[in-house]
Amino acid sequence: MKKYSLNVLLVLFAVGLLFAAHYRVIDSYIQIVAMTIGINIMMSTSLNLVNGNMGEFTCGHAAFMCVGAYVSSILSVLCFGSKFGDPLLPAASVVLVFPLILLIGGVVAAVSSLLVSVPSFKTRDDYLAIISIAVNYMIISALENMDFIGGSRGFQGMKDTVWSMIDIFDGPWMLFWVITFTFFTIWVIRRFISSTYGKGVNAICQDEVAAEIMSVNTNKIKIINFMVAAGLAGCAGGLYAHIIGYVNPQSFNILKSTEAMVMVYLGGMGSLSGAVISAILFTCLLEVLRSQAIVDALLSPVTLMFPDWEPSAGVIKWVMIPLLLVIVMQFRPEGIMGNRELSDVFPWLKKFYRFK
Amino acid sequence: MDFIIQNVLNALQWGSFYALIALGYTLVYGVLRLINFAHGDIFMVGAYIAFFVSGFLLGPVIGLSPAMAFAVTVPLTMALTSLVGVTLERIAYRPLRRKGAHRLYVVITALMCGLILEYSNLAVLGASRLKFPELIEKQIWHLGGVTLTNLKVLVIATAIVVFLFLQWVVTRTRVGMAMRAISYDKFAIPLMGIPSDNIIVFTFILGSGFAGLAGLLFAMSYPVLEPFMGMLIGWKAFIAAVVGGIGDIKGAFVGGFLLGFIEVGVVTVFPSTYRDLFAFTILLLILWMKPTGLFGMPQSTKI
Repeated sequence: MKKYSLNVLLVLFAVGLLFAAHYRVIDSYIQIVAMTIGINIMMSTSLNLVNGNMGEFTCGHAAFMCVGAYVSSILSVLCFGSKFGDPLLPAASVVLVFPLILLIGGVVAAVSSLLVSVPSFKTRDDYLAIISIAVNYMIISALENMDFIGGSRGFQGMKDTVWSMIDIFDGPWMLFWVITFTFFTIWVIRRFISSTYGKGVNAICQDEVAAEIMSVNTNKIKIINFMVAAGLAGCAGGLYAHIIGYVNPQSFNILKSTEAMVMVYLGGMGSLSGAVISAILFTCLLEVLRSQAIVDALLSPVTLMFPDWEPSAGVIKWVMIPLLLVIVMQFRPEGIMGNRELSDVFPWLKKFYRFK
Repeated sequence: MDFIIQNVLNALQWGSFYALIALGYTLVYGVLRLINFAHGDIFMVGAYIAFFVSGFLLGPVIGLSPAMAFAVTVPLTMALTSLVGVTLERIAYRPLRRKGAHRLYVVITALMCGLILEYSNLAVLGASRLKFPELIEKQIWHLGGVTLTNLKVLVIATAIVVFLFLQWVVTRTRVGMAMRAISYDKFAIPLMGIPSDNIIVFTFILGSGFAGLAGLLFAMSYPVLEPFMGMLIGWKAFIAAVVGGIGDIKGAFVGGFLLGFIEVGVVTVFPSTYRDLFAFTILLLILWMKPTGLFGMPQSTKI
């Protein structure tokens, strides 16, 4: 049983979190932070597949999140909301249909990743970076021009679905789904990377030409890899949309993609556990620096010298985090974990989990 | 006909801004193989520097006439902006290069430096937008049905002059030869007795200086400054540089003007909200057809 102890511990932790949320031991703010951490883990691990394991450089990951968010929002409003007329499905089926809606959002996002993966047959590196940035802008711009889903004003009405779930059973449903999908994401990625396809992905990262000679079908593997990554990001987007209850094309702009990229490179390229750790660290850091009191305390020597200057935490946060990252890059350019997993750094950990 | 000529002029003006910024991207990329994502924000810093310099020169302490102030602002802005660029290179990029870090980590550092510039500007100067002083008295010429301002002519002429100058520097001078050599093989260069760090600093001076010039001209044409003005225009200029074939001066110039023409062309035909959608789709198609850009050389991979 020893080899399953970490898995059991994680499940116990998740169940404990759900119970704590259900009996109001942790307030809704902590719940929101926990859900954001889950979504960020999904984003960073899925981007890690492309940017880390395959060694490509894409900087438009938020585009797929955007597609997933919009598709699943529209579907959930169609099925359970009253915005587009009567709900298509009875409210009782929501618990079964909701994960399907998220998965369909992921599938559509995966299909949209063809926009990046097909050009990637011929291009690598910086040209692919551009293509992904262009795709990010294109998708945002296309959604802004679709008036029937709100255009640049955004789209809302997904909370109906969440409420009909709460009608069935009064509990922290979104937290439950986020935890489920986070585990699902990590499981899928772990399975994918340790499969034959995953070996092909690593081979492409090492040397594309050599991989081709060794009979790796690079084009196929690229498409599959992009699709898995984009699909998981689409699921993350669907969850995000249902947590906030409102989506706007501009919330998936290049800054969101930058956040995902930062998490990948902070954690270390190609390290799954690194991506998870850096997502947790990064989200916590964002939340800690949101507090005005902490920022004021940190900046007290400066404000003592310039009493007129009143920095706001929301702005200072975005000075401090990049600064911290630049400093981290100076002293540890390979990120927190390098390209190693946690079990490579601490080999005794291997005894405690079986995660395939 | 007048309508078309008018729009061509507008396109030339926007294309000039894109070209001026894209030149900086392409110079740095050509030498270091580094996408300097902070370049759009260096453009923004250039506009702010121009604001403060011209405000100081026009102010009560010095009190120059606007024309004189303009003449002094141009070199001063360029010098100060290139100082910012060189500082970034010294503090952020060079130590990473020394350590032999993966190229992408340098790119991330550049991205972060851009964010730092944006948000520290927002933190220090506040969110209020600044009004740029009028340095050149605006003259409007009517040629038939076409209206032409002296500023528009100045912007277009500057872009062309800068392009010719850079083309001359890169292809005809010894420094330019060293720049091309570094991009060709950066390990052999120090062995040939070429101080590669100095050449890289020189590249940053050139790129950032012209970004500062672009910032000054942009602020004169659209005299409202805000901390995020460099973000979108920077990304777009970068895309223009890549479409032209990054690493190639001519490519950046052509790509910038191409983007300007596409954007203005889309806006004249469709509602202006479609601008980004069409511009990026066309650029994507170009990159799909010619993956290395219009003038880029295909990189051969060694096996």
